Amino acid sequence: MSDTPAPVTGIEVPINLQYEFTAGKALTRFLTRIREGRIVGQRCPGCNNVYVPPRGMCAACGIPTEEEVEVVDEGIVESFTVVHIPIPGNPIKPPFVAANILLDGTDMACLHRVSEVDNARVHVGMRVKARWKPREEWDYTFENIAWFRPVEGS
Amino acid sequence: MREAAVIGYTQSMQRRYAGAANESELIMPVVREVMQSVGVTQKDIDFTCSGSCDYLQGAAFAFVEGLNAVATAPPIRESHVEMDAAWALYEALLKIWSGEADLCLIYGFSKSSPGELRSVLTLQLDPYYHVPLWPDAVSLAALQARAMLDAGSLTERDMAEVVMRSRRAALLNPKAQLAAETSIEALLAEPRFVSPLRRHDCAPITDGASALLVASADTARRLCARPAWIRGIDHRMETGTLGARDLTRSPSTRYAAARAGVAGRPVDTAELHAPFSHQEIILRRELGLSDSVAVNPSGGALAGNVMMAAGLDRIGHVATRIMRGEADCGVAHATSGPCLQQNLVAVLEA
Repeated sequence: MSDTPAPVTGIEVPINLQYEFTAGKALTRFLTRIREGRIVGQRCPGCNNVYVPPRGMCAACGIPTEEEVEVVDEGIVESFTVVHIPIPGNPIKPPFVAANILLDGTDMACLHRVSEVDNARVHVGMRVKARWKPREEWDYTFENIAWFRPVEGS
Repeated sequence: MREAAVIGYTQSMQRRYAGAANESELIMPVVREVMQSVGVTQKDIDFTCSGSCDYLQGAAFAFVEGLNAVATAPPIRESHVEMDAAWALYEALLKIWSGEADLCLIYGFSKSSPGELRSVLTLQLDPYYHVPLWPDAVSLAALQARAMLDAGSLTERDMAEVVMRSRRAALLNPKAQLAAETSIEALLAEPRFVSPLRRHDCAPITDGASALLVASADTARRLCARPAWIRGIDHRMETGTLGARDLTRSPSTRYAAARAGVAGRPVDTAELHAPFSHQEIILRRELGLSDSVAVNPSGGALAGNVMMAAGLDRIGHVATRIMRGEADCGVAHATSGPCLQQNLVAVLEA
C-alpha cells in the first residue's frame, strides 16, 4: 500500500462574484440625507413608531411608511457588547464597543460604535452623541458618523 | 388527508430591472394585494412561508429582510425555503394536511439584476467536480438542447414553435415581460446565443415577487367562490451529477406526475416551468399532456422568470384560471436546479 497517494483533505475553489447592491427606495432617501449630515427616518402611520434607518415599511404592522422624520444625533445606549475578536476585513482594532443606540424620538435602535470612553464604563442607558467625521469626508453612508461618544455629565 | 385549495394569487410586473426598489419593497405590494383580494390580514394567517435565494442578492440571511413586508407583531409562525416558493407552498400544505394551519401565506421573490445570474447559478452545482469548471446555467441548458437535437428528439423548429406560442400568449398577460406576435421563420433567423440556443430560447432575467394564499377546505369555501383545489402534489429530484443523467428526459417529472395523479384527469390547462424552450417539450412528454391542453397560457417562464417565484407562478396562474372559471382542471409544474434536476407537479381542479 506504499504507493497509495496521500488523501486529499481539501481543495481551493476561488469564487468571485460582482453584485450591484440596491439600497431600496427608503434607504436611498436616508443615505441621501446623511450625506448632508442629517438623520432622517420614517414614521409608521399605524403604530406611530419612528424607524432609523427607515425600511419603507413597518415590520410590526406590515404597512408602508412614507412620512419622513428628521431626528437628532443623540440618544441612549440600549444594549452593547465589547468586541474582542478581530473581524476579517474590518479595520477597527478590538477591543471596541458595538452598541444598539436608540436615538431620541425613535423606536428602534440602530447599530453603531461607542468610543471616546473607557470600554469598562459603557453602560445601558448611557447618553451618547454622534461624533461626525470631517464634512469633506461625508458620503452616502452611516459611517459619516465615526462613532458615538458619551454626553458629558451622563 | 385534509383538502386544501389555492384561494388567491398575485404577481408583480415582470421587469428586467426593478430599479431602486429592494426585495422587501417588491414583496409588500403583492402580499397586501393578495390578502385584500380575499379580505384577510396577517392576523388571519396561521403560517407564512417564503422562497428565495441569498446568492441572488449576494448577502447572507438576506431572506430575513423579506419579513419586513409582512406584519410580524405579535410574532407569527413562519418558515423559509432556499428554493422556489413552489416548495414553500409544499411546506404550507404539510401544515394544512397535519391540521396545524387553515390559512397560509406563500411568497417568492428575487432580484436577479444585481449579479451575473448565469454565474451565480453555477454555485448550485456540485462544489468539487462542477463548480471549479464554472459551467454557467445557459451553457448547461445548451448541452441539454444539443443532446436532444443529436438524439433526434426535437428540432430547432420545435423550439421556435414553443417561443412563438409563449410570446403570443403573453400578449394577453398584462404582467408579462416579453410578449410579441412573431413567426417561427423570424425566430430561426435570429443569431445563436450559446449554441444551439438563441436568446429567445432562454427565459429573460426578471426582478419581482409573487404571493399566494392556500387554505383548508372550510376556510377556502368561506373566502373564495371558486377555490382551486389541490388534488395532488409531489416533487422528486435527480442526481446532482450531471454526467449520470439522461438530459433528454426528465424521470423525476414523470414520477412526480404519477404520484400527483395527472393521468386520468381531464386536464385542460398546464403551466410548465421551463426556463428554456426545449425543456417545455421534455416536460410535455413526461407529463403525458394531450395536444388539446393549453400549455403556458400566461406565456410561461419565457415571458418572465423571477427566480424563486417562477415555479410558484405556474401554480398561481393555473389556480387563477380555475378561480376565474376559465379552466376546470390544470397541471402546474415547478423546477429547480440545472437542466430540470428537481421537479414538482401539482394537479388543481375547480
